Amino acid sequence: MTGAGWARCFIGICWREGLRFIQQRSRFVSALVRPLIWLFVFAAGFRSVLGVSIIPPYETYILYDEYIIPGLIAMIQLFNGMQSSLSMVYDREMGSMRVLLTSPVPRWFLLVSKLIAGTLLSLPQIYVFLGIAWLYGIELPPLGYITVLPALILSGLMLGALGLLLSSMIRQLENFAGVMNFIIFPMFFASSALYPLWKIEEASPLLHDICSYNPFTYAVEGIRFMLYVKFDPFSIEMVAGFLVVFLGGAIAAYDPAKGLIARVRTGGAGA
Amino acid sequence: MTVPDQTQVPALAVDGLTHKIGGRTILDSVGVAVPAGRFVVLLGQNGAGKTTLFSLVTRLYTAQAGAIRIFGHDLRQESSRALSQLGVVFQQRALDPDLSAHQNLWYHAALHGMPWGTARKRIAEELGRVGLAAYAKRKVRGFSGGEARRVEIARALLHNPRLLLCDEATVGLDIRSRAEIIADVRGLVRDRNLTVLWATHLIDEVQPDDLTIILHQGKVLNQGPARAIIAAVGASSLNEAFRSITEGKAA
Repeated sequence: MTGAGWARCFIGICWREGLRFIQQRSRFVSALVRPLIWLFVFAAGFRSVLGVSIIPPYETYILYDEYIIPGLIAMIQLFNGMQSSLSMVYDREMGSMRVLLTSPVPRWFLLVSKLIAGTLLSLPQIYVFLGIAWLYGIELPPLGYITVLPALILSGLMLGALGLLLSSMIRQLENFAGVMNFIIFPMFFASSALYPLWKIEEASPLLHDICSYNPFTYAVEGIRFMLYVKFDPFSIEMVAGFLVVFLGGAIAAYDPAKGLIARVRTGGAGA
Repeated sequence: MTVPDQTQVPALAVDGLTHKIGGRTILDSVGVAVPAGRFVVLLGQNGAGKTTLFSLVTRLYTAQAGAIRIFGHDLRQESSRALSQLGVVFQQRALDPDLSAHQNLWYHAALHGMPWGTARKRIAEELGRVGLAAYAKRKVRGFSGGEARRVEIARALLHNPRLLLCDEATVGLDIRSRAEIIADVRGLVRDRNLTVLWATHLIDEVQPDDLTIILHQGKVLNQGPARAIIAAVGASSLNEAFRSITEGKAA
């Protein structure tokens, strides 16, 4: 297949993911409602009792609801990545994944295309959320809305790759509740999304260590810095590193020769 | 890379294929040669290994031992070339129920890298051929079993493959739909010189001159024209010959 053929394949995968997203309007609404509840209810309550002292990238004392914004952005991406994972499992159960996997295009390209499509879909959700937050009174540096874009793409790819890797291990849709309990909640809560790491360390050094190993922490911090037009190379490097690990794992898992998917089996009643 | 002589190479050559799942041998040294331009039946009971064989030929996963060549292209070494020659109708429905027939075919065309103009033309042709042009914009969720199968056949042929694999394509269909689909696929062999490997457990779908491969408990027990298989075991029908061959093996 030519390069143009590969490009058409990529466009086709993006088109299908976009179409599915448009058809599932509730997915867009819930992607927005979830962080907005955290912002309007949780953060509003903590605003009066919890202030965040001046720590990078902030140059002044900020309110809690401003602090929590990068974590909520990453939360949108985390759920989006898990949604991609869910759709892979659904496709496998419905049999339509076979159509994808029997394409003459190499499987790694199919997975990367699906990953990019999912990341692109998360961007409008994030910017709508940021728009609502702005209307609510949370004003970020205007340039930050643009400079954050590379961090959003990188963290979206990393969390999407994690979703792809998980989808290769989940046998049935019913098992997906386990992902909620054992992946999404621990990743979100044991990170710097809700509290700065120094505050966590004061409370529990063990929890601080756990947070330090959590990829989600670096996704949040990468977004936080670039939202304030600053660059935290360590966070970005960590996110990139986790992206390589998760994507490599997903590609290996979907490899027909050695992948987990061979053990899961891709549907079909016959032997 | 060698370019195979297309006039002599079999459409599908499977050699020494062995595959185990969970320690159980599903396919045991399977060897099959499907000549180009023929309707070939892969006959076996449920659990014989037909779907696993198809999964390996379509590279859903890779065999632990053995080789598969599609028109001379090794599936491991030249998977892209091999898969581009292949159209597949899976046993399990493999349409996206939330997409229309046209959108399902469009997605398939994109996955095969077809130019948009060619894709548009081929979708119209194939949906017209299977009599579903009027339903192109309808979501396939509302289609009957027979209509969904026809969409799947149209999709499998969209990129002009030379080898069509049909895995129990008539399962769950009424008698009329079954007859229509078999007649349609046999017509493709005649009119387009397409090669078809038709997996089934329904003996009445086999015609006397069909090349037939009998797969039982993961092993190929016999292959040749159905008429010759019947004669070889001294049976009066393929049903009787199949029973004799498979029960003899079981004993």
